[in-house]
Amino acid sequence: MDSLILSRMQFGANISFHILFPTITIALGWVLLFFKLRYNATNDSAWMRAYFTWVKVFALSFAMGVVSGVTMSFQFGTNWPGYMQHVGNIAGPLLAYEILTAFFLEAAFLGIMLFGFRRVSNRVHTLATVLVAGGTTLSAFWIIALNSWMQTPAGFEMRDGVAHAVDWWAIVFNPSMPYRLVHMLLASGLTVSFLIAGLSALRYLKGDRSESMWKALRTGVFTAAILIPIQILAGDQHGLNTLEHQPQKIAAMEANWNTGPNVPLVLFALPDEAAKENRFEVTIPDGASVILRHSADGVVPGLNDFPGNHPPVFPLFWSFRIMVGTGLLMLAVSWSAAFFLKRRHSLPRPLALLMVPMALSGWLATLAGWYTTEIGRQPWLVTGVLKTADAVGPVAGSHVALTLVIYLLLYVLLLIAYLGVLVHLALKAAKDGDTSPLPGVLNAALSQPAAGE
Amino acid sequence: MTYDWPTLLPLIFAGLMGLAILIYVILDGFDLGIGILFAAAEDTEQDTMIAAIGPFWDANETWLVLAVGLLLVAFPLAHGVILTALYIPVFVLLVGLILRGVAFDFRAKVPAGRKHRWNRIFFLGSVIASLAQGYMLGVYVLGLDIGPGGMAFGVLVAFCLAAAYAAMGAAWVIYKTEGELQKKAVLWLRTALVLTALGMAAVSLATPFASPRIFAKWFGWPQMLYLSPLPILSALLFLWLWRQTFHLPRPDDRHSLTPFLTLAAIFALGFAGLAWSFYPYVVPDRLTIWQAASATESLAIILAGTVVVLPIIIFYSFYAYRVFGGKATDLTYD
Repeated sequence: MDSLILSRMQFGANISFHILFPTITIALGWVLLFFKLRYNATNDSAWMRAYFTWVKVFALSFAMGVVSGVTMSFQFGTNWPGYMQHVGNIAGPLLAYEILTAFFLEAAFLGIMLFGFRRVSNRVHTLATVLVAGGTTLSAFWIIALNSWMQTPAGFEMRDGVAHAVDWWAIVFNPSMPYRLVHMLLASGLTVSFLIAGLSALRYLKGDRSESMWKALRTGVFTAAILIPIQILAGDQHGLNTLEHQPQKIAAMEANWNTGPNVPLVLFALPDEAAKENRFEVTIPDGASVILRHSADGVVPGLNDFPGNHPPVFPLFWSFRIMVGTGLLMLAVSWSAAFFLKRRHSLPRPLALLMVPMALSGWLATLAGWYTTEIGRQPWLVTGVLKTADAVGPVAGSHVALTLVIYLLLYVLLLIAYLGVLVHLALKAAKDGDTSPLPGVLNAALSQPAAGE
Repeated sequence: MTYDWPTLLPLIFAGLMGLAILIYVILDGFDLGIGILFAAAEDTEQDTMIAAIGPFWDANETWLVLAVGLLLVAFPLAHGVILTALYIPVFVLLVGLILRGVAFDFRAKVPAGRKHRWNRIFFLGSVIASLAQGYMLGVYVLGLDIGPGGMAFGVLVAFCLAAAYAAMGAAWVIYKTEGELQKKAVLWLRTALVLTALGMAAVSLATPFASPRIFAKWFGWPQMLYLSPLPILSALLFLWLWRQTFHLPRPDDRHSLTPFLTLAAIFALGFAGLAWSFYPYVVPDRLTIWQAASATESLAIILAGTVVVLPIIIFYSFYAYRVFGGKATDLTYD
């Protein structure tokens, strides 16, 4: 195998591993702030217990995100030197602003948020939580701006094969940026709410009926129930935006070969790119036209309009269906759980059992969504500007292969360890419930922080 | 040299990048050093040592992200050339940083029986990352020479940088702890100091002989005179610190921060020497900072943000260090 395909596999592996963790920290920061504000308002220590349980998950996820993010910042140079050489004038400032405005903010106040409850006043501790949550979100803003620019570039001109910025406003707020940002932030919110709901369901199944478990469970379930319909709406709008700016991607997602009206929605198929047709097709007549054009005779683009210039069909078709399918399952599960919690004030055992594996549904949907959008950009690295094949570096394939294998091994082991710790933390919380004193703190002193007040 | 923006901006960014690297080496240096010293510490001492760096390491490592980020955004051509040439050592560095960074968090959260495993991984990751950084420095100093000579020199610098980090770690432990552990750290410092001095001498001698251009920059007259304070001051600081180690810890814990500050000063002097040797090149003898720089308008927009944000970053970094000032206590999440 040559170093292009190996480098793509390696970057794919790294970004897949990396994105799991920001997806958690972006929204978990705000959930922690919610716990903290509830505690400030009610003085109920159960909120603080929920905070302490989940701040550990935040710390671990943040560390995983940092180390895999550092890896990526080096890999731009080791594997894709052509990227910065051609579009560095655009990508550079966006990355620089991410580091300067967001990353330092999170990293510096994380210490206070994690370990500072006894050392600073309650108000400063809350402020640190605000700054960390704001930092993670700001970080997402810059990265999504850059990623969107690579999908739908704007605000630049080419001089001697190098992109030069003309209009920074147009670069940052490029045509697909608002859709992508909203879709990603909601994805993060859903990932975290299902993670919290799922691990709380595990505690529930282990017999934990403590106040902090209920508080976390309700927070997770209700947040998920509210966010999922918004996400479906946002996803639809994002799809229409993609149809406008990257029609070849939509054609591949729908596995539609010929442009025309009355295009059916393909529910199941095995797209065959060599024969330019789908095998074992199951379709709904006019479905794709209705969804994409909101009318049965709406014209939907087909792959045959883009010979040699469209993304691979099979992975796009399937990753998109996995994302949508997971989303529908999330809708069903979160709404039933919300119904039982609201009306019956209990959680049926089968539903709780289903919620435990659903703790990772957000990861599945996010990854599937990222594959759809990122593979959907191929063969371009920056749509219409820079081909992926033209950015790869001169490193020997054998070196890339060797490092790829070790990265994969490392990532698998770390994922196992990470999930193991999540389960361990949930079970430990279930065992302790609300009965044991908070770690290292006299219960009575909790409402009166020791220092600074 | 005309002082217009296209000339000044790459110069400013080279300075900022140098500053970020120096701050990184000093701050993450003591984190990595404490990881290296883990091998020589008892279980309970390890907990105290972790407590001494716990609230800081994330922010410390961010300076590396900034340094690489500035190389990436301000000198994209150099970023590609340097990192493809150092492909394997960069990979080793990343594996080390990943292991170090996650072990740090895992060790506090896994069931008690598994803590030892993550302590070992923390040690291993710190050693790997330090050695890789030193190796990269050695190879870079010799102009990215990947022949046997360059590799051998890289290995030498790798061990010396690891020793230098261990010295920083020991100095930080002296500052943040008391009692037996503090006394132990003085002994660690003494050992590491010898190797550090050896390493700095080796790099200082090898650099001019690796490149006639650098040789001319140092050993011409009258530069020799202007530059002589760098090596002389470094040597004096080394000797002074060496003598200090026989009197530490002092009553009432006076001067417990002095070894750390002295080492930071030595690092800064060594760094200034390197910077002088390589200026104006960012890839030794191949690409100057102007040849490798991004477009002026891109640098200008980054600079605008940097001027506003950097002082704020420095301010809240100081604040974070102040909040967790004093001797390290047990680190709990509340």
